[in-house]
Amino acid sequence: MTYHFTVSPDFNPSYLSGWFIFNTWLQRQTGEAFHLELYNDFESQRQAIAEDKVDLIYANSYDASVLVRDKGFMPVACPAGKSDEAVIVLPQDSPIQSVEALPPGLRISSTNDPDVNMMCMIMLEPADLNRDNTTSKTCDTYILVAKDLIQGHADAGFFLQETFDKLSKVVKSQLRPLVRSQIQVIHHVLLLGPSLLQMHQELQRALIAMNDSPAGQSLLESLNFSAWESVEPEDTEFMIDLMDTLET
Amino acid sequence: MEDMNVADVVGDYREVRINYYDGSSRTVLVTDIETPIPDGRLIVSRTDPAGIITHVNDSFVDMSGFEHQELIGAPHYILRHPDMPAAAFEDLWQTLVVEGKKWHGYVKNLRKDGGYYWVYATVIANIRNNEVVGFTSVRRKPSRKKVVEAEVLYRTLV
Repeated sequence: MTYHFTVSPDFNPSYLSGWFIFNTWLQRQTGEAFHLELYNDFESQRQAIAEDKVDLIYANSYDASVLVRDKGFMPVACPAGKSDEAVIVLPQDSPIQSVEALPPGLRISSTNDPDVNMMCMIMLEPADLNRDNTTSKTCDTYILVAKDLIQGHADAGFFLQETFDKLSKVVKSQLRPLVRSQIQVIHHVLLLGPSLLQMHQELQRALIAMNDSPAGQSLLESLNFSAWESVEPEDTEFMIDLMDTLET
Repeated sequence: MEDMNVADVVGDYREVRINYYDGSSRTVLVTDIETPIPDGRLIVSRTDPAGIITHVNDSFVDMSGFEHQELIGAPHYILRHPDMPAAAFEDLWQTLVVEGKKWHGYVKNLRKDGGYYWVYATVIANIRNNEVVGFTSVRRKPSRKKVVEAEVLYRTLV
């Protein structure tokens, strides 16, 4: 039987090969066949989840909430010392210098990355901006959000911080981060689906030990991680509570 | 809880005695110095069912002026500012515990140095196996307009 592994579509394309190497490592460690399926956008990934076509997933915190609560997934591990932060970005030549100066009618470009969008909308609150007095355009990728800003089709763009920081120098030189979130406690997490729960302990041990060998360290580097750290169900419950708290 | 320490306070202060819902009380030293939340900061904390702090993020530590180890194990009302009307916390309790719903509100918090910072707070109960095991709170920067509205309202309630 072949199991299906997928990665949240907000992963940085620079680490695409790293996830394929990880998939190979996964098969060697578990002795099971895994197929890495990468979806272009959140919608198609969610459709696959709804149809129970995902057995293992590296998910963002928002999707993790749904997977744990509604689909019986169990957290295994997360990248050590890495939290998900969001950043609101403006065109380089925008006259706006502070959040409070952002006007009603702001044209926002974003992906449908739910936790990033939620954090960025929260960061607009000091300017009394919300969904009712701003306009939003949803793009398939962060590159397209950057393009909207550069071409003057949007006044502000919402990015996952890690993705924004990895944009090319040419693109970044035309953009300016206005505000970065500092929440520190939201992160992606590797989750096992109900069909694979029997391998939870074995996989968790192997992930934690990845940093112990040169080959493992090289794999971690290809994912831009320093190490994996274990995540217990209560850790994820806390993150789910946090996401509930943030949703207004 | 112990009274606030004069040595921790920055600037001119006034003394106020606060009575808490659990029957305890303490003297707090309050200044007029505001420390606004920097843009992008989200303040996160978690308490046990009795309101004792079990977890705080770095933003909480920075904004409160306390050390991390001073906060863990302290009652959450360590942040209560005397300008906050008791009615606001009664509403929180009613919404959160009695009705089992999420609570939102604008809150003036007290810092260790006697200053204050305004937040828009959201609190939810953490429920496991139908039992409340704690509360999670996230506080964020409110707009100036909302702060002014809250100040006016709370003056009528204190």
